[in-house]
Amino acid sequence: MISSLKKSYSRHWYAYAMVAPVAAVLAVLVAYPLGRGIYLSLTDATSDNVGRTIGVNEIPDSFSFVGFDHYVEILTGSAADTFWKQFAWTLFWTAACVTLHYGIGLALAVLLNRRMRGRTLYRLALILPWAVPVFVTVFSWRMILADGGVLNTAFASVGLPEPAWLSEPFWQRTAAIVVNTWCGVPFMMVSLLGGLQAIPNELYEAAETDGATPWQRFRYVTLPGLRAVSSTVVMLGVIWTFNQFIVIFLLFGSTAPDTEILVTWAYRLGFGQTPRDYAGSAAYGVIILSMLVVLVSVYRRWLNRNEEAALR
Amino acid sequence: MTSRPRTAVSRPPGTAVSRPPGTAVSRPPGTAGSRPPGPAAARPRRRGERSTAASVALHGTLLLASFVALFPVAWLAWISLGPDKTDFLHADEIAGKLSLSNYSTVLADTDFLRWVGNSLIVSLGTCLVGVFVSASAAYAVSRLRFPGHRQLMWTFLVTQMFPFAILIVPLYNILAGLDLLDTYWALIAVNLTQAVPYCAWLLKGYFDTIPHEIDEAGRVDGLTPFGTFWRLVLPLARPGMAVAAFYTFITAWSEFAFASVFMLSSDKYTLPIGLATFVSEHDQQWNLMAATGVLIGIPAAAFFYLVQRHLVTGLTAGAAKS
Repeated sequence: MISSLKKSYSRHWYAYAMVAPVAAVLAVLVAYPLGRGIYLSLTDATSDNVGRTIGVNEIPDSFSFVGFDHYVEILTGSAADTFWKQFAWTLFWTAACVTLHYGIGLALAVLLNRRMRGRTLYRLALILPWAVPVFVTVFSWRMILADGGVLNTAFASVGLPEPAWLSEPFWQRTAAIVVNTWCGVPFMMVSLLGGLQAIPNELYEAAETDGATPWQRFRYVTLPGLRAVSSTVVMLGVIWTFNQFIVIFLLFGSTAPDTEILVTWAYRLGFGQTPRDYAGSAAYGVIILSMLVVLVSVYRRWLNRNEEAALR
Repeated sequence: MTSRPRTAVSRPPGTAVSRPPGTAVSRPPGTAGSRPPGPAAARPRRRGERSTAASVALHGTLLLASFVALFPVAWLAWISLGPDKTDFLHADEIAGKLSLSNYSTVLADTDFLRWVGNSLIVSLGTCLVGVFVSASAAYAVSRLRFPGHRQLMWTFLVTQMFPFAILIVPLYNILAGLDLLDTYWALIAVNLTQAVPYCAWLLKGYFDTIPHEIDEAGRVDGLTPFGTFWRLVLPLARPGMAVAAFYTFITAWSEFAFASVFMLSSDKYTLPIGLATFVSEHDQQWNLMAATGVLIGIPAAAFFYLVQRHLVTGLTAGAAKS
């Protein structure tokens, strides 16, 4: 055992040396905090009992180990109502946003992928929501959606109702999805456009020769040709949307308990109240990570199975 | 990722000619719909042809989409020219009192320039450390088969999907214990948790595209694996490193959650936190926020337009190889 380790070390020492800096960074900044987070989630740590230094006085940690209490409480106890409601909303939010991102992105990519006047201009314009940082544009949306803001003024002038985008739960959720869709479409559009341009022209020529209609060409040439890009961007989209913090947080602050997804709620528990509930926040974090891991591995397995089915 | 013209060439059905990609005969735009009418009515429409109605629909849709994409940004710029806090509620009145007073206030009387400096320090720090630390590991994973390289790739992937929520509490406690809160190092460190796995992943994808023959030539000439990496592969990988650097920079530049918790004093705020202070619950200075937003947005967008083509290629290529 030792000798085989030694042999492996002497054969691969340069590989390990090259990997060492990254391994060190990941160990210190990811693995250790992850372990500490899991540990904290099993305690009753809050900002009142965590060790801290005030002036010259050092106050030691005084929280205690409580086992799985937090998890039981969150999943089945008094916090369960909030959790499962947020869970359902988070899933709906992710599904709705990613569907809209992908659908609109694909439609725009197909439209842009043809010869026409002003194509470059359209492309530059459509990419703008990605180019300006989200933390800037969310504030712009807040002004647009405000009561008496430009959107409702426009609605009123054509006789439409004026929803309270930033204060009624249903409209808050709608507003969150609209703004996040606006922010996320350009990435999908550009990635899918890249994918479209990589589909060999010969396939379309062959399809045409065989008399395929435009819809058939789209269904049997374009979509299969986009499969690799699609599966990647959809996976990235799911992860990003599931963890989307800045849009919801900056759009509503703490005024919209119904739009809180799991990630924003974990932040609220840990840093948005006094005393800060570190343990509860850490438990939320662990739950979110486990759900993401499950979600992504199911998705990848489903992709692999589809791939095999397609080859058969 | 250049756009290849994909014009349909009119040719009787059945005579498909295979042609190397890129040599498709291009027809000037505008003649697309002007094929002579004839028996063609019976067959499906070819690519690159469209009727006038289809053209109108196409341009109409794209114009509408472009309007939606541009409007919020244009709106911000317009509001930034109105001098009063509540001008965004009656924006039509701004035309009568255009002024740049918001900009002069932001530049002279707020900590804006300080925030820019802080953001630059944090983002550049993250970017430099991230790229240099991850490059050698990415090369090792790309070229050297050592026990554990699979697990390492898997770690890179999983770490990228870590929600910040799982790291923010423990990192806060650890950094508080080390007395590092409210320092640039704290933010650089937490940004690295995202940047390092991402850069390693992306650079691994880039190194995979560099021919192995180059390494072999280096080895034949007596270079060590590290020497090959440092003298031959790294110089060739400059575009890939640039993409990784840009992406890391942009991510760190917009990072909000960690910065809002770790930076306690206003002279350490980064731009996102500083911008948010204009519209706190106590005081809502929408006009100053808008001006600051424009000052941040224009350079950010300009920078983004310069690099975006490479960015997309890098993002999807890195992930597609998972």
